Amino acid sequence: MSLLGFVQEVEKFTWQISAGAQEGMRVPGIVFGDRELLEKADADNALQQVANVACLPGIVRASLAMPDIHWGYGFPIGGVAATRVDEGVISPGGVGYDISCGVRLVKTSMRYGEVKERIPELLDMLNASVPKGLGTKGRLHMERREMERLMARGARELVAKGIGWEEDLEAMEEGGCYAGADPSKVSDRAFARGKDQVGTLGSGNHFLEMQVVDQVTPEAEKLGIFEGQLVIMVHSGSRGLGHQVCTDYIEVMNKKLEKYGYNLPDRQLVCAPVQSREGADYLAAMACAANFAMCNREAITHWIRDCFERAFKAEARKLGMEVLYDVSHNLAKQEEHRVDGRTLTLMVHRKGATRAFPGNRPEVAERYAETGQPVIIPGDMGSHSYVLVGTEESLEKSFGSTCHGAGRAMSRKAAKKRIRGEELKKRLESEGILVRAGHPAGLAEEAPEAYKDVQAVVKICEGAGLSRRVARMRPVAVMKG
Amino acid sequence: MKRLKRLKRLKRFEAVEHTADVGVRAYGKSRAEVFANCALGMVSLMYDPESVRGSGRARIEARAPEEKALLVAWLSEILYLVEVEGWAFGEFVVDEASGTEARGWGVGEPLDHEKHRVSGEVKAPTYHMLELAERGGRWEAQVIFDV
Repeated sequence: MSLLGFVQEVEKFTWQISAGAQEGMRVPGIVFGDRELLEKADADNALQQVANVACLPGIVRASLAMPDIHWGYGFPIGGVAATRVDEGVISPGGVGYDISCGVRLVKTSMRYGEVKERIPELLDMLNASVPKGLGTKGRLHMERREMERLMARGARELVAKGIGWEEDLEAMEEGGCYAGADPSKVSDRAFARGKDQVGTLGSGNHFLEMQVVDQVTPEAEKLGIFEGQLVIMVHSGSRGLGHQVCTDYIEVMNKKLEKYGYNLPDRQLVCAPVQSREGADYLAAMACAANFAMCNREAITHWIRDCFERAFKAEARKLGMEVLYDVSHNLAKQEEHRVDGRTLTLMVHRKGATRAFPGNRPEVAERYAETGQPVIIPGDMGSHSYVLVGTEESLEKSFGSTCHGAGRAMSRKAAKKRIRGEELKKRLESEGILVRAGHPAGLAEEAPEAYKDVQAVVKICEGAGLSRRVARMRPVAVMKG
Repeated sequence: MKRLKRLKRLKRFEAVEHTADVGVRAYGKSRAEVFANCALGMVSLMYDPESVRGSGRARIEARAPEEKALLVAWLSEILYLVEVEGWAFGEFVVDEASGTEARGWGVGEPLDHEKHRVSGEVKAPTYHMLELAERGGRWEAQVIFDV
């Protein structure tokens, strides 16, 4: 059903879906975008999903969608919903199966132009060092005890083992350790799916890319970013562990749905009160998966540094390989926000959306107090990626959230029908982008044509005040699962 | 025309369009058969089940309060066997699929990325647009997967 009849533009790039659009909506919907994007989201059922999320008990202000909105399962991708911690719910579907799926950017002190000839060799080394694809085991083998410590302590545990650097922790959300993690709330099945997967990339839209910075604003210098710089981007999540935690708790909450008497428009929105036993258990398990995801990206970073050290016969520190930032774009976080003149403690669900806080928030590391929190936005493999920073305005408008990427425009099936993986690889290589992919069909699914124009998405985020652009990067080498 | 009809009757599953993820629509003469075909549809999103030659067997059991949740549980169980135990199943045999319990076998061999033409991962079967119904003796199921 089209909801366009219930939508009006309330501000530039800001569209409101009235709370009367659908029975059960507790708050209006707000979509950040232009008219074209809005119409596409409507045709794609994604506006309907924004309205569905507005039915969640305890939701405040509005059910929000970022400009990269597209049809998801339950929540739209690009969806943000804040519920009251005292009387609202937590919805595992509002976090997604890939809990704390996220992106990090690793800097170098090298100019791409100076090391261009070394890129093919580096890509092959990375391809051999970072496990990827279905059922692939990682290079770290952990017993249950070790896994429990890792889930409870997050990236700190890895750093203590000599994997990653102490200063990386400050460049991660929550300092690399999401609070409240309780490994006893993670099932044996989730342990089994995750135990050999620390430091594995996965497949689908997950990737490792070498990129060159090709546009900067004056603020970039404060983040240690310069034009021509070679940087490395990693996109991965909590692997089988997170997928299983979500599966497990959707089942737990499904069984209790009657008890709480919630009438939800989509079963994938199943939820439980934040304050209930089921809600608390899920949050404790979700924190474990989030810690696992940060460890996963930290371990991958370790292999990346190792490859560069071997290739350039120099220490990674001397090569300037610092983590700029590590963001999660599938997570629920307890945060304080001003709503109607009052400070409320909220559970902010971000499903395909990124936290984008200004520098004055206590959650943001000291080193970013001046610029605001860095936000890493990956593009598709043929186009640009971006570094943005959080703004004061995003706090008022979107609970401090912005987009997470380009967002899909074409289904995987349609992409595979139209695009041949081998041809795509050749085309990208003719554009100067080296590709190492597991399977041609998997590559075709991720073709640039299957995605929205990331530049347009970022422009709207900036236009709506949700974040500010600092740098743009162009891919030079892509590794996919 | 006759051949087309026959093909349609024999079609066990097909892919469903969804922007972000992928879906499978499966068919069968019984709940058991639609469970088996849906499983085949799911694994075809990860590798080519027709390339599986082995005849090793893995027991699959699932329980849930009702049939749709049972289908999700059944598929989750298979996903676990593929991901953790490294199975490539080419066929599924369902001995029993009541409304709350499913029991059967996956038939196959150890997963080999080259041989089985692995194309990707499935993170989970979801409840979004989940369908399972019998119409005139013909069973149909639809599952959207997070990939």
